[in-house]
Amino acid sequence: MTSLFSKFEGLAGALGSVVAAGGRNPFAVVIEKPISSTVGVIEGRETLLFGTNNYLGLSQSERAIKAAQEAAATCGVGTTGSRIANGTQSLHRKLERQIADFFERRDAMVFSTGYQANLGMISALAGKDDYLILDADSHASIYDGSRLSAAQVIRFRHNSPDDLYKRLKRLDAPNSAKLIVVEGIYSMTGNVAPMAEFAAVKRETGAYLMVDEAHSFGVLGEHGRGAAEAEGVEADVDFIVGTFSKSLGTVGGYCVSDHPELELVRLNCRPYMFTASLPPEVIAATGAALEDMIAQPELRRQLMDNAAHLHAGFTKLGLNASKRVSPVIAVTLETVEQAIPMWNRLLELGVYVNLSLPPATPDSRPLLRCSVMATHTAEQIDQALAVFGQAAQECGVPLQPCAA
Amino acid sequence: MSETVESVSALIIQKLLANPKVPRDIDGNCKIMEDLAFDSLAVMNFVMEVEDSLDVSVPLDKLADIRTINDLAACIVDLKNKG
Repeated sequence: MTSLFSKFEGLAGALGSVVAAGGRNPFAVVIEKPISSTVGVIEGRETLLFGTNNYLGLSQSERAIKAAQEAAATCGVGTTGSRIANGTQSLHRKLERQIADFFERRDAMVFSTGYQANLGMISALAGKDDYLILDADSHASIYDGSRLSAAQVIRFRHNSPDDLYKRLKRLDAPNSAKLIVVEGIYSMTGNVAPMAEFAAVKRETGAYLMVDEAHSFGVLGEHGRGAAEAEGVEADVDFIVGTFSKSLGTVGGYCVSDHPELELVRLNCRPYMFTASLPPEVIAATGAALEDMIAQPELRRQLMDNAAHLHAGFTKLGLNASKRVSPVIAVTLETVEQAIPMWNRLLELGVYVNLSLPPATPDSRPLLRCSVMATHTAEQIDQALAVFGQAAQECGVPLQPCAA
Repeated sequence: MSETVESVSALIIQKLLANPKVPRDIDGNCKIMEDLAFDSLAVMNFVMEVEDSLDVSVPLDKLADIRTINDLAACIVDLKNKG
């Protein structure tokens, strides 16, 4: 009889060679104890964290920790129900109001994870007569949302407004609604979307526009509202989705919109309706972290300064870093045979980053993906750069230094 | 419409052979993922190139039913005829 697991044989072989090439499973790293937002204990060693998406360091926010403790003490540790049944407490509605006000929108929906926010919004909005037009490098949650929807799904070339326009024009479906989905900052590469140009295409073609600001919320724009704010085109964005698990340091997802029909989406959105809501302590901590973020705009400036520091350092070392400076900086290596030993050596020398291997990377080359935090000190960034230089040398990764 | 399954299949094979990693002896019955060792992302990216050559868009849900080069060609001809 056929084994249920025979389909995993290829994966088992691939994982086996990754482990054999580096000595450990890069997808099973355990942070034994977080010491601060920037340092954790891994394999018994204090390790600099450069791969946690904790952009503002708010996972360790004192205000959020206190709010979580108080909420757990007064409301309990779980809701035991869905948002549309018994799982909405006044804290949930309060957080939705806070998020909507922050984005200056009519209403917000809070989901249990960022993944579910994309899954839920895309599948609820795009019906069988509609078209979803996705950036080719979209996050898995966007692809999965499109699979859960009944819509026709078309990809356009990554970050190309011209290609988006061409594919929308090619559709020739005047009676179908079209929803364009893009991300503010792309999680693997740190690429930033050309939002003003996408907004122009949206206006000209009459499509709707959804922007996933998961990695740009709290990072881009004067107030931290993301890539659409940074380019002054928020009015063209119909739906902003995002997550609390990056800049706010907790967990959960949201969608904000001015469309009054958002209230009806709540009743037509399986990933919202058929899962338990977030527990009170997470909701309270998220609201407090948002207050922290609003009260400290200097965190955003420090984050961008730190990103520029790390990026300049990589360029000086001669590593192939992302073109644009953003808090996600991917170092591209040419081969998996270079990337695996280098990632392992970085960890042994006390720096944790994310190892991304093809086909999970956009152009079939491996990435050492780094995420910067506002709370990294200049010394920590210099130390990480020194470790990158040493690991590259020891692992025979070719360097092409530029003048600083 | 001037395209036929044969002409589209020939164009797809010509495009595939431009990639040196693709085996030289492919024909319309080759399975794209199994015989050409394309992963799901490579398939989607390759289909995008074919779309631009033929000015057609293949919705992703249609890709799920496509196994061979001829399946892809038949799907494209069908989409072109509907347009």
